Formats: sequence, C-alpha cells, structure tokens
Amino acid sequence: MSRALIVHRAGPTTSVQDGGRPGFLAQGLSRGGAADRLALAEGAALLGQGAALAAIEMAGTGGVFEATEDVRIALTGAPMRATLGGAPLVWGASHRLRAGQPLEIGPAVAGVYGYLHVGGGIAVPPILGARGAHLAAGIGVVAGAGDRLPAGPDPGGEAGLALPAADRFAGGTIRAVRGPQTAMFPADALARFEATRFARDARGNRMGVRLIPDGEGFHSRAGLSVLSEIVVPGDIQVSGDGAPMVLLCECQTTGGYPRIGTVLPCDLPRVAQAPPGAALTIRFVGRAEALDAERAAAAALRALPKRLTPLVRDPRDIRDLLAYQLISGVTAGETEGD
Amino acid sequence: MDSAPRHPAGGFPRLDWLGLDGLLVRFDAALSEPANRAALALRHAVERAGWPGVEEVTSSLVSTYLRFDPLAVDDEGLRARLAELVASRDWTGAALPGGRRLWRVPAVFGTDLAPQLDEAAALAGLSPEKAVEEIAATRLRVQTIGFAPGQPYLGELPDHWAIPRQTELTPKVQVGALCVAIRQMTLFSVSTPTGWRQVAQTALRLFRPDSEVPFPLRPGDEVLFQPVERGAWDRLRADGPDGGAASEMLP
Repeated sequence: MSRALIVHRAGPTTSVQDGGRPGFLAQGLSRGGAADRLALAEGAALLGQGAALAAIEMAGTGGVFEATEDVRIALTGAPMRATLGGAPLVWGASHRLRAGQPLEIGPAVAGVYGYLHVGGGIAVPPILGARGAHLAAGIGVVAGAGDRLPAGPDPGGEAGLALPAADRFAGGTIRAVRGPQTAMFPADALARFEATRFARDARGNRMGVRLIPDGEGFHSRAGLSVLSEIVVPGDIQVSGDGAPMVLLCECQTTGGYPRIGTVLPCDLPRVAQAPPGAALTIRFVGRAEALDAERAAAAALRALPKRLTPLVRDPRDIRDLLAYQLISGVTAGETEGD
Repeated sequence: MDSAPRHPAGGFPRLDWLGLDGLLVRFDAALSEPANRAALALRHAVERAGWPGVEEVTSSLVSTYLRFDPLAVDDEGLRARLAELVASRDWTGAALPGGRRLWRVPAVFGTDLAPQLDEAAALAGLSPEKAVEEIAATRLRVQTIGFAPGQPYLGELPDHWAIPRQTELTPKVQVGALCVAIRQMTLFSVSTPTGWRQVAQTALRLFRPDSEVPFPLRPGDEVLFQPVERGAWDRLRADGPDGGAASEMLP
C-alpha cells in the first residue's frame, strides 16, 4: 500500500500537527497547530522540506511506530528517549527508518512536546485548510494504536544530520508586552508579578498552562466585571484563584478574565515546553524591545539550515552525544538569563 | 507607557495594542446594542480596507480586533490608520449587516436533558413554565461568534435574567446545550465544562467541519427557540445537523 507510518502505541495526546488554521477567529476557532512551532521549523530544516508539512506531536511521552516503506524521519522538540531496532537514536537529528523497523520513543527527558517528522510530511486529509488536530474543537487526527498515518511523497534527501535545539525545555524568563487590561492591576502588583517566581502547574495542555506563584496570588478588583473579549495565544489571564494562566495555540477565542499582559510569540515555545514544576519568571518589555526579539527569532529560523551538522556515526559517540544533548537541554535553560 | 490610553479615562472608542501583533478597538466597557453593531461594522470596514500586513480581523461583543505581521508592517503607521478610520464616523450608528437570517430552533426545556431549568428560573424569579415562555418569546440576536467554533453569544433576555455564572462548573454539557447567564444565552457547539446554567437541549450542530457551511450562524442572525416535548428528542436528533431547525432570510 501507500507510504504510511503505522502507530503501534501512542501516548494519550499524540496528534498530527502543522502550523494550524489562522484566520478563523471570527468563527470562534483558534489557530491551533503545533504547541512548539519552532520544533516544526527544526524538523523541516533537518529534512530539507517545507515547514508547512505536518508532523506528529507527542505530549509527555512518545510511542512505537513503524514505516511501511523506507522513510526519512526527524526528531525535534522535547528530547525523548528514542531507539531504532533497539539502538539509541539521537534527538534533534534526522535518521533513516527502514520499512518494518520498530521506532520506540519513550518519555520526555526535558520539556513536554516532542515531534516526529517524516520526509514528505504526514498527509492526513486537511480539514478547513490544515491538518493540525484541534483537540478542543474535536477536529483532526489524534493518533492511537492501530492507526496508519499516510506520508506524503518525499523527493528524497539527506538523513543523518543534527541540529542543536534552541534551549526551551526547562522554563526560564518569558517576555511579555502590556495590554488593554494591564492597568486593571495596581502598580505594586505589577512589580510583584515581575519579581515572582512561578512554577508551571501540572494542569496544562494545548489550551494553556497555569503558573503557580511562589507567594501571594494576583487579583484585580476591576477585572471581576470584565466583559467577554477577544483573547489570543500568549495572553496571561488571571482567574479568580490568583494564579495566572498563559494561553497557548488552542485557547478559546473569547474570555472574561482580566489579562495582565501577552507573552511574545517567540517566547511561547518556552512556555509550552516548560514541564510541570519548571520555574518561570515573566518580564515586561516595551514594543521596541519586543519587535527586536521577534526579528531575532525570525532570523534564527531562517538560519536553521546553516546550523545542520553531520551526525557522528560511531555508536559510542552517539551515546555520548545523546547524553550531552539531554544534559545541555536541561542546564542551559536554567542558566540562560535572556 | 506604550499601552497607556490615548483617550480620556473611560472614553470610548479606545484603541490599544493587544499583544505584539494585534490592535483592539473597544466601543464600550459593558455590552450594549450600539457598541455591538459598531464593533461589527468596523470589522467589515477594516476587511474592506485591505491594508497590507493585516492578517485577520474579527469582532467580539463590543470590540474589533485586528492581527498583523509585526515584522512586515510599520505597526505605528497601522495604528494611526486604524485610529483615523475609527475617528472617521460614529460607528455606534451603523446598521446591522445584510444577509441576516432568522433561525427557529426546536428545544427540549428542562427534563433529564436540561436539569438546571428550575434553578435558573428561580434565580430569575420565575416559575419554570414562565421562564420557558419568556425565552421562547424573545428573538435573540447573535451578538458574536466566539469561545468555541461556530458558537454564538445570544442576547438579550429581560433584566431579571441577569443571573450570575455558577461558581462551580458543570463538568460537561453536550453539543446543542442551551445555557444562560447575565441576560445572555449560548448554544454550545462543542461538549465542554461551563459555568452557565443549562435550560434546554437542542439537536442543532453549529460546527460542521466537513460541511460546505462549517459555521452556520453569523453575527446579526436572530434565533427563536421553540419548546418541544421530551418525546420529540429522538426525532430531532435523527434530523441531522440541523436538529429540526429551519432558517429564513430576514427582510
């Protein structure tokens, strides 16, 4: 039959994801798409293909997969323990997967969302112009055991390339801009907000992640009577319990909680990838600084193909490389000050 | 700083940045019919203007939102253009959009399908029978589509329906659930937890991703709910996505 990836086992929120469906806000449908869009771009660079192609997003843990024909794959996003026919596979790299070889992907070692890309992309039928599953809206493919996910035609290309992942798997400092409701919070509360160390709550999904403050919560008297208003991914809404929630790609399109600010698009992958318990701080920046940060992120995206390096083939080196990457993924995130 | 209001305190319309890539125009702090029409009219005007760099325009109850590519467009220039358009006329005097429809939607009030009817009616100071009668007699307008795909905010019920949301969420309502809070109703397009109280169940599906018309309701449409007996439920459900509902063009 046609090229496909067979799913033998998958975590509960393993889904097909692409860039999502921007443009349906007026119809009440949020953009959705990959929780970590940078990971999509990394996979596209590794396979030398367009970033619009769909991949498999694995939340927290991977699964067991098999290809019906020889394919090229890439593994990006949250590093997960992966083996091919029992031999360890380097994360943040492209590989060749022979037909019938078992690809096993275990739990995330850091971060939350890991991605499995296939040469040619996952070619499930588009719905409303995109392939990304929108779990809240109930559209698209959530992958489970027994599924066959069709792969698009792969013109062929290299495999065995590595791309060091930008560190974003352990929390850190998040930049936000002020918004229409920031002034509903008193100045001293805003200062305290920036000084607060938050822990990413265990409660979190593609709609948003809750942040638990290490001290008192945040409240806005005026915010209790806010009329339902447009909300966008990145908005930091503060509900009645005083714990902020950062909205992600699959958030609802309107909301009635006051929003203290909005996270920069380029920092959203870091929020999405912060695992439960990870420490996060939020810093307000002005528009000029925010635009510079966004420009730098866009330039880094364009430069991804230049950062590809050949993967070392010696199995002992591979083990070392795997260890090195996992460790760097954890420590660098903590030391990076933004 | 850069998000400080540029109008007198409390003055509307107000223009603000929303995130790095968005602009928000608010016509009021509370829901009002003129502000609702203004938001919709400005949205259509921005769509027609077709400014380069603008990627999406939408409106909610009383505001208009515009999303742009901040790396492709001079954001201050875009903000100035929008401010000029906002100031160019009194948007609250705008007419409703053309092509509006009137929907008649059969609904089973109360029973096991909508167990909070009695509670909601009591909060509104009405008997369940009187509550159903009032809701059925009110032509509710789609004020905006939002929260979930194709899902309307419908308004407005008489004053005594200004009942608060529940503090504890209902863990799950079904697609087609008709719920009430603060003089508004909504008809759920997805199955979800909610703080609104469910007074009726319909078989109308408002999000049809595989259909030619995935989002059948539009802002400005009007809806009349028609009470039917519990015994009619199976027949409504068998009717397909319309669930027995019918629509006609409004003059």
